[in-house]
Amino acid sequence: MAFIEKNLPYILAGISVGGQYALIAIGYTMVYGILRLINFAHGDLFMAAGFMMVYLSATLPLYIAIPLVIILTVILGFLIERVAYKPLRKAPRMSVMISAIGVSYFIQNSAWYITSGLAKQYPTIPVISNSINVWGSTTTVVTVITPILTIILVAALVALIRYTKIGMAMRAVSRDFETSQLMGIRINTVISYTFVIGSFLAAVGSLLYFTNYTTVTPTAGSMPGLKAFVAAVFGGIGSIPGAVLGAFIIGICENIIKGLGWTTFYDAFTFALLIIILIAKPSGLFGEKSTDKV
Amino acid sequence: MKKALAVSLILSLLIMVFAGCSTPGGKSDNVIKIGVYEPASGDNGAGGKQETLGIEFANKVVDTIELDGKTYKIELEIVDNESSNDKGPSAAATLVSKKVSVVIGSYGSSVSIAASDVFKQAGIPVIGASCTNPQVTLGNTHYFRICYLDPFQGTVLANFAVDKFGAKKAYILTKLGDDYSVGLGNYFKEAFTKLGGSVVEESFAEGNSDFIAYLTTAVNNDVDVIFAPTSTEAASLIISQAISQGIDIPLLAGDTWDSSVILDAAKGSQQEIFVSTFFDEGDDSALGSKFVTDFKAWLNANPDKLNNNGGNDIVAAVSALGYDAYMTALEAIKAAGSPDPKKINEALWNVKYTGVTGDIAFDENGDAIRNVAFIKQANTADATWKFEAIQSVK
Repeated sequence: MAFIEKNLPYILAGISVGGQYALIAIGYTMVYGILRLINFAHGDLFMAAGFMMVYLSATLPLYIAIPLVIILTVILGFLIERVAYKPLRKAPRMSVMISAIGVSYFIQNSAWYITSGLAKQYPTIPVISNSINVWGSTTTVVTVITPILTIILVAALVALIRYTKIGMAMRAVSRDFETSQLMGIRINTVISYTFVIGSFLAAVGSLLYFTNYTTVTPTAGSMPGLKAFVAAVFGGIGSIPGAVLGAFIIGICENIIKGLGWTTFYDAFTFALLIIILIAKPSGLFGEKSTDKV
Repeated sequence: MKKALAVSLILSLLIMVFAGCSTPGGKSDNVIKIGVYEPASGDNGAGGKQETLGIEFANKVVDTIELDGKTYKIELEIVDNESSNDKGPSAAATLVSKKVSVVIGSYGSSVSIAASDVFKQAGIPVIGASCTNPQVTLGNTHYFRICYLDPFQGTVLANFAVDKFGAKKAYILTKLGDDYSVGLGNYFKEAFTKLGGSVVEESFAEGNSDFIAYLTTAVNNDVDVIFAPTSTEAASLIISQAISQGIDIPLLAGDTWDSSVILDAAKGSQQEIFVSTFFDEGDDSALGSKFVTDFKAWLNANPDKLNNNGGNDIVAAVSALGYDAYMTALEAIKAAGSPDPKKINEALWNVKYTGVTGDIAFDENGDAIRNVAFIKQANTADATWKFEAIQSVK
């Protein structure tokens, strides 16, 4: 029992971090599935949501601020796609990628400018910021809520993709861009929906993440963004369950490594794990077999 | 159509760039420039801004100097080294090209070391206000500093841990690749083991924001104190996670934690936080209290300065050090009798000055001779600092 009591905090932290990575990873994996684009700006969108919350909650009550942050993040994600990616739809894939890197730096530098580079304290959200006792170890409510909420959201998303018309359109577009266009699918609408869903999840993820790690900085999005991207590749980029599973594995492994005392190596370990998986299974855990379309 | 759009976008970008340039003011021979090499962004942005505030305030108090019956106006040239070892040298080069006579800075030992050679080659003396790592001044003749050093600070804190808590076991958490953090951690460890204690050491990498695993390890090892000499950014994460995990082990840290950022993070909790620092706001000496009152009035009169101080008028120790560094620079210019950097450098060795943080005189390394440190505790009820003790080394 004492063993569990001592080591439970590592596992709890791992599950919670994993859930937050998962919510970001879905955004990467969905956009990749449809556009074959790695949306580098996604991590920065996550950071922007954090700053919006800091500034909005200073003037507005939380029950207005939280929905507003989610709506604004969704609008920002939508605008990024419309301004930076849509005009390049016919351009080579590499050009869109460069555009994504540009947007990422633009958001980061804007945040430097607005905040003058100083860290901001994230507001305390009642109930989920409270401490609770889980089998003898103290933690925050958000740690417990995160994995549950993540699984509910993912289940809803999978249902949406499987059973709704727009979901069917998404699947079609991800299979074959041109053919689905010929079949009368408005691909721009489908792509916008993808970005809206991805941004919504990033906003929820940022809410959960910053409640636990209460300091928001202009670069706060880059590390979680990178880890989430790794998780998406790990699980097989393009696959939603894969991204979620990958995120949980990475989150938990990271914390176990820290718990074992190898605190210097946890990042190296994460990436070594990625390399090993990719050598054994090049398309990731749940990745589709790459069939080159001629 | 597309080309026209691209051209007009490029033009508007260019206009934006040039709009940023302001026309330089009238040139005058009777100006001495003092360079301010401080971070205004990045990990140490908050502290760097507070140190710069102290320098700006000092410049407001005394902005002219008499040399040979001629009055010189003193102007500050402020650059941002972005708390980054690879951006620091180019910021330093900017100061060199602006022909400054003497430089003050930087907050953060790593960036100070990074830019040291640039100033050395240009023959410009530098006065460090709060960089505490010994390497800054060691083995060179152009870098001076007015604060105490990390070996001293680490020993003071180890003594304090033993005196106050009877600590037998300490957990040390440092940041990889940060000279200040790793250095101070080592000096604390040396002193603490010499006093009969044992330590558990761990470190974290740049960009890490999850400290729960580290804190859990500390708890599992039954330590009496946690020593975490880190930047304020990591500090606020460590503190808030310690609070949420219900960790009732006192947190100890060095001078960087003497910042309102820490107070904000700890507000309303039961967490015990102690820091060593250079200056106490409750200083009741004539010099100290006058500085505190005037500085507060100046902050409150300038909203953007108040914002740079973190939105409140709590006087950070680094502001006091920035003020003293500026005044020390003036003393050196006076002693040199010229705005020539080489003469100022020679004059600095013999400068003696009584500042708000105490008496300043330099030893053979160019370090200020100091023998006590202030220990403050965070008062979590109303987010202020509470004076704890003046600690010396046994």
